[in-house]
Amino acid sequence: MITLTQVLILAAIMFSISVAGIFLNRKNLIILLMSIELMLLSVNINFIAFSYFMDDLAGQVFVFFILTVAAAEAAIGLAILVVLFRNKRTINVEDINEMKG
Amino acid sequence: MTGVQILFYAFATMMVLSALMVITVRNPVRSALFLVLTFVSTSAVWLIMEAEFLAIVLVLVYVGAVMVLFLFVVMMLDVNTARLKEGFISYLPVGIGIAGLFGGMLTYLLYNMQASDVQTKMRSLYPPAPKPADFSNTEQLGEVLYTVYVYPFEIAAVILLVAMVAAIALTFRRRSNRKYQNPDEQVAVKRDDRVRVVKMDSEEKK
Repeated sequence: MITLTQVLILAAIMFSISVAGIFLNRKNLIILLMSIELMLLSVNINFIAFSYFMDDLAGQVFVFFILTVAAAEAAIGLAILVVLFRNKRTINVEDINEMKG
Repeated sequence: MTGVQILFYAFATMMVLSALMVITVRNPVRSALFLVLTFVSTSAVWLIMEAEFLAIVLVLVYVGAVMVLFLFVVMMLDVNTARLKEGFISYLPVGIGIAGLFGGMLTYLLYNMQASDVQTKMRSLYPPAPKPADFSNTEQLGEVLYTVYVYPFEIAAVILLVAMVAAIALTFRRRSNRKYQNPDEQVAVKRDDRVRVVKMDSEEKK
C-alpha cells in the first residue's frame, strides 16, 4: 500500500530534477524542452495522486487536458526549433540574441 | 513490504534515475531515449494508482508520438553537442543548489504532512479500497469527459488543431521556382487580354 506522501515526494523530486535540468543545460534548446516536459509530467503525477487518494475523477480529466496542451506545446516548440536551425545553423541559446538591444 | 510497494519503489527509482540521466548525458539522442524510459516508468506508477486510461495514453501519445517527434528532430538537426555542453560544469553548483533547496523544502513539508493538513474531502493519506475487477476507468473518464467537461474537451480539440496548423505553417517551405496556376486571375481574365483585333487593308490576290 502506497501513501499519498510517497507519491507527492516522488513528484517533488522529479520537479526538482527538471529545475536542475533547466539550470544545467541552459545552452541546449532541445534539453530545455525536455526539461519542460519532465516538469509537466511531475505535475501530472500530483494530479493523478490526488485523484486516486480522494477518489475523484476530476484530477484525471485535468491530466488529460495537460497532456493535450503539452503535446501541442512540444509540436510548436520543435517546429520553431527546426525553423531556427534552418535559418541560423545553431540551437545554442547564446547565439540567439537578435533582439538584444 | 507488499508487492505493490515493491513495484512502486522499483518504478519510482527507475523514473528518478532516468530523469537524472536525461539532464546529464552528453548526447541529445540518449537524452530523448532516457526521457522515453522516464515516461514508461511513470505510466507504470499511474497504473499502480489505478489511472489505467491515462497510463495507456501516456505511452501511446507521449512515447509513441511526442518522443518520436523529439528523436526525429534531434537526429535531423546536425547539432554540435560539444559547444552546447560548455557551461555544464560551471552551472553545476547553482543547479544542484537550487534544485536541492527546492526539493529539500518540498520533501520536508510533504514528509511532515498530516491527514488533517489536507482540507476538502480527503479523509486519510491512505488509498481507498481497490475497485472491483470489472470497474472501467476509461468508461468513468469518458462519462465525465463528454458531459461535465465537454466544453473544455472541444477547446482541447481546437488547441490541437491550432498546434497542427502552426507547426505546418512554421516549417512549410515554398519553393521559389515552382509553376502554379492562379485561378483568381484565370477567372478574372478579360477578352481584351487574350484577343487582339488587327485592322489592315484587304490585299488582292496576285
